[in-house]
Amino acid sequence: MEKRVWFRSTWLPWFLLAPQLLVVGVFFFWPAGQALVQSLQQQDAFGSSITWVGLENFRALWKDSTYLESFKTTLVFSLLVTSLGLSIALLLAVFADRIRYGATFYKTVLILPYAVAPVVTGLLWSFMFSTSTGIVTYWLKHLGVHWNHLLNGNDAMALVVMAAVWKQISYNFLFFLAGLTSIPKSLLEAAAIDGARPWRRFWTIQLPLLSPTLFFLMVINMVYAFFDTFAIIDSTTQGGPGKDTATLVYRVYFDGFRGMDFGGAAAQSVVLMAIVIGLTVVQFRFIEKKVNY
Amino acid sequence: MVERRPLLTLLAHGVMILGVLIVAFPIYLAFVASTHTASEIMQAPMPILPGSHLWESYQAALMGTGAASSSAPVARMIWVSFVITFIITFGKISISLLSAFAIVFFRFPLRQLCFWAVFVTLMLPVEVRIGPTYQVVADLGMINTYAGLSVPLIASATATFLFRQFFMSVPDELTEAARMDGASPMRFFIDILLPLSKTSIAALFVIQFIYGWNQYLWPLIAATSEDMYPVVIGIKRMIGGGETPVEWNVLMATAILAMLPPGIVVVLMQKWFVKGLVDTEK
Repeated sequence: MEKRVWFRSTWLPWFLLAPQLLVVGVFFFWPAGQALVQSLQQQDAFGSSITWVGLENFRALWKDSTYLESFKTTLVFSLLVTSLGLSIALLLAVFADRIRYGATFYKTVLILPYAVAPVVTGLLWSFMFSTSTGIVTYWLKHLGVHWNHLLNGNDAMALVVMAAVWKQISYNFLFFLAGLTSIPKSLLEAAAIDGARPWRRFWTIQLPLLSPTLFFLMVINMVYAFFDTFAIIDSTTQGGPGKDTATLVYRVYFDGFRGMDFGGAAAQSVVLMAIVIGLTVVQFRFIEKKVNY
Repeated sequence: MVERRPLLTLLAHGVMILGVLIVAFPIYLAFVASTHTASEIMQAPMPILPGSHLWESYQAALMGTGAASSSAPVARMIWVSFVITFIITFGKISISLLSAFAIVFFRFPLRQLCFWAVFVTLMLPVEVRIGPTYQVVADLGMINTYAGLSVPLIASATATFLFRQFFMSVPDELTEAARMDGASPMRFFIDILLPLSKTSIAALFVIQFIYGWNQYLWPLIAATSEDMYPVVIGIKRMIGGGETPVEWNVLMATAILAMLPPGIVVVLMQKWFVKGLVDTEK
């Protein structure tokens, strides 16, 4: 799509673009380039000597069983976050779509988690589930469940997943609701006249028509679980116990800034970049499809 | 609603109320904790109704006078957060308005290349290129400055992309009329395009405000001195390394204070927020 009418000037567009290009150049392309270069280098702990090592950093990653383990952790984590987050939000959105009175109130409360900082989210959840003082831990104990996310890897994973899902519910809910309201009422009415009950209408009309939204949200939630949950993990489990909740992004930070292994961290960054680009390509394929839909 | 089904409506309300309770509970509990003394919270089970020590906790948090805390005053942190958030919000909105204007309303060599150069940044969140970005900012001597904490986060194209989409939908006739009346490009931009973009700007303001306020990983490494901590980092430091006992009441008061500004923005600007969210991701 192009404009038919435009302005003529040789210098003005460059002048207008200058701030953006400058910021993007200095804080995006330069660092991204550095990450590529560093991933091929090895630095000692004081940063005084640098040697070129070719693909050695990547090979080291490949051999590092804990890194492969974080791959698996990340995958499990993002699948759980995506599936739970989407199904809960869809359930809420479908019912919210039916409601006329009080809908604004429900909606207002449900969008609140979006405003809460991830680190605060982590804090709230680890407070509820705190092993010594947490109120939910206390309730669970009465039910005979001994919660301890500091020792038990599964508990830790469950805690991180719950916090991450809670934070993302607002987003998913709003998109599902927008998708549901855009479905023509006439379709649902026609089906109702033909005798289809709400349950059946959901499976045969609403869900299929929501599938573009659903797919879009799947990609977004995967990206969210991969990259935007660093703060939640850092404020609940710090990747522990052991490395049971250390996702890939957590590793980049941990190995780079705590372990001072810049070469290895850069190689990890490059791997992550490849994953994001892959996910973005998938998303674009999908957007093209949506246009034809 | 297609047909009247009182039972189903009842069920719908039931599910929504349950959802709302679960979603609101963590926030409510934080509020409750901030109204008790630290020792009251340490008993198991902690009280579930608000107590009478609200004022003490918030005062201790804002002034940084907690008994065991080495914490800086939260008032200062909130100020830092506000400055950073506003630089990010206004910086992003203004540079994106300008560059989207240039890309849509001008023809010049390398236009497509510029567009793609900006667009590519959508793909890599700051988390991914965190190490090298830190080195660049350190080389520029911008660690512990407002600029260093905010400008690297401006380097992303979401806003540019949104404005580009919007400008594309502005009818050609408007541009034509403006040109016929002899308006310069900048006059067209200020008198016609900006007023038309008001809703998009409001929507983006909400999204960027929350984005900026809640930034974590970047300030975690780029703010090393205590008086440059945004409130989100302050909270992290208060959780601490486990040597000093956590004062939950002060910590939760801080958490509530940290939630207030973005919470208020989201609730008051709900309409634009939903629009902004749905539009930026299209």
